[in-house]
Amino acid sequence: MDENVRREIILDHYQNPKNKETVEDARYIKANSNNESCIDNINLYILIEEGIIKDIKFDGEACAISTSSTSIMITNLIGKTIKEAQEYIDCFDAMINEREYSEEVLKEGIVYNTIYKQGNRKTCALLPYKGIRKVLEEYEK
Amino acid sequence: MNREDFPMLAQDIVYFDNGATTLKPKCVIDKTVEYYSEYGASSHRGDYDIAYKVDQEYEGARDKVRNFIHAKYLEEIIFTAGSTESLNLIASGFFKKLLEPGDEVLITKSEHASNVLPWFSLANTNGIKIGYIPLDDNHYVTLDNVKKSVTPNTKVISLAYITNVIGDIRPIKEIVEFAHQNNIFVVVDAAQSIGHIKTDVQDLDVDFMAFSAHKMCGPTGVGVLYGKKELLEEVEPFILGGGMNESFDNEHEVYYKELPTRLEAGTPNIAGVIALGSAIDYLESIGLDNIAMYEKDLRKYLVDRLLTIPHIDIINIESDSGIVSFNITDIFSQDVAYYLNKYNICVRAGNHCAKILKKEVGVHNTIRVSLYFYNTVEEVDMLVELLLDKDKILKEML
Repeated sequence: MDENVRREIILDHYQNPKNKETVEDARYIKANSNNESCIDNINLYILIEEGIIKDIKFDGEACAISTSSTSIMITNLIGKTIKEAQEYIDCFDAMINEREYSEEVLKEGIVYNTIYKQGNRKTCALLPYKGIRKVLEEYEK
Repeated sequence: MNREDFPMLAQDIVYFDNGATTLKPKCVIDKTVEYYSEYGASSHRGDYDIAYKVDQEYEGARDKVRNFIHAKYLEEIIFTAGSTESLNLIASGFFKKLLEPGDEVLITKSEHASNVLPWFSLANTNGIKIGYIPLDDNHYVTLDNVKKSVTPNTKVISLAYITNVIGDIRPIKEIVEFAHQNNIFVVVDAAQSIGHIKTDVQDLDVDFMAFSAHKMCGPTGVGVLYGKKELLEEVEPFILGGGMNESFDNEHEVYYKELPTRLEAGTPNIAGVIALGSAIDYLESIGLDNIAMYEKDLRKYLVDRLLTIPHIDIINIESDSGIVSFNITDIFSQDVAYYLNKYNICVRAGNHCAKILKKEVGVHNTIRVSLYFYNTVEEVDMLVELLLDKDKILKEML
């Protein structure tokens, strides 16, 4: 991927994140994601109906990689079934941790396919995934 | 100055994270190796020559600490794992049995977690109250505000000597004088000050003080609790075991040793303690006053340069220590830290463990540059040049 295109996509999702708003609707499940550097901190609000992710919103404070990764993740997960969402999440995790993955599944998510070169930013890209995993596991129960 | 003493500086790095930990001079590293390779036996045990040598070195380090902070007695120096353990030991070993429901401990919103959470824990177990001394417009603690905050229930004031985000040097001596007139104990967290300004516990008259070796050119994993002898005598050891007991036959007949051993259960961090002694020798050879003056000048130089950059907002323009906290408009502090890392510049981003400070200063996260005597004007220039162009930061931070 062209470096300029990559940067543009990430910066755009950082400076104009999609679905960034606080939700006060009881139908949404809330999950917090923060990382050990005690700095990135986001809340996810997820609406699941009949096994389908109808909506996700987020708020909080985080770095460019975490914020853009959250925005991209949300864009790609809305409308998916739980199973499809899990597939997407596993695929993203595989990419970050240098295992085999499908570019087709990840769509814009592949902008982070070189993040493994900066070990200390892997946790940033994975930050929203920590939260969404918690919610999906909880929902499955 | 003294850059050649630090093996880490042989690398191509600019190290501006001295508030987290300082680099170690070769003499300190060598001392650690010397212990393990020349007399690596246990302390306070054994009748052979190298065991005797260990005791001499270990107790010699205690005397160096005593002299360094101008404590009166050797028994007033307790070796711990660091400031955090020291503060926990005081809270749970001394104040837990002393404080009663309704008693108040005064802290500030700019304290480090280790001077907050042990008190929060007492609030939950003992029903004590936590009060906050308000900070002034510069986020400083003033004697006036201390006076205004004290109530008849105040039993303890626990403050950092220098705070790790704002970097203000607190008027500890004046606070202690006032506190003692009102029968209030004063605990000082000296983690950020110990390697940067002179400390005289007798002149300050503090009751307890905590610090870590690794923030003063010493090794990690070792620290000190200072306490006035008559108060330390009352501290209940919260770690029990070998080394600290005199004798025991059954649960009803247990006798502990005298200070300081009573509070140092288990095999201590011998190499760490001995190397702390070397760190003290080293700092004294440079002179704490020289270090303080050098840092102050370098800080002023950095702040003056940062003030000329419109997109930089400094949280603590006025401050006497080497700590500068700032933000770049609309760029998350962590992204700036990553950007600087690409140029091998090490700075800290975040809330620096002062999580209750954010409400006070209205800023959650900052970039923190914490200077030490081995930092240079050239390094500051390099940092400032990299911060001049905001577009460059935005372009390269990813």
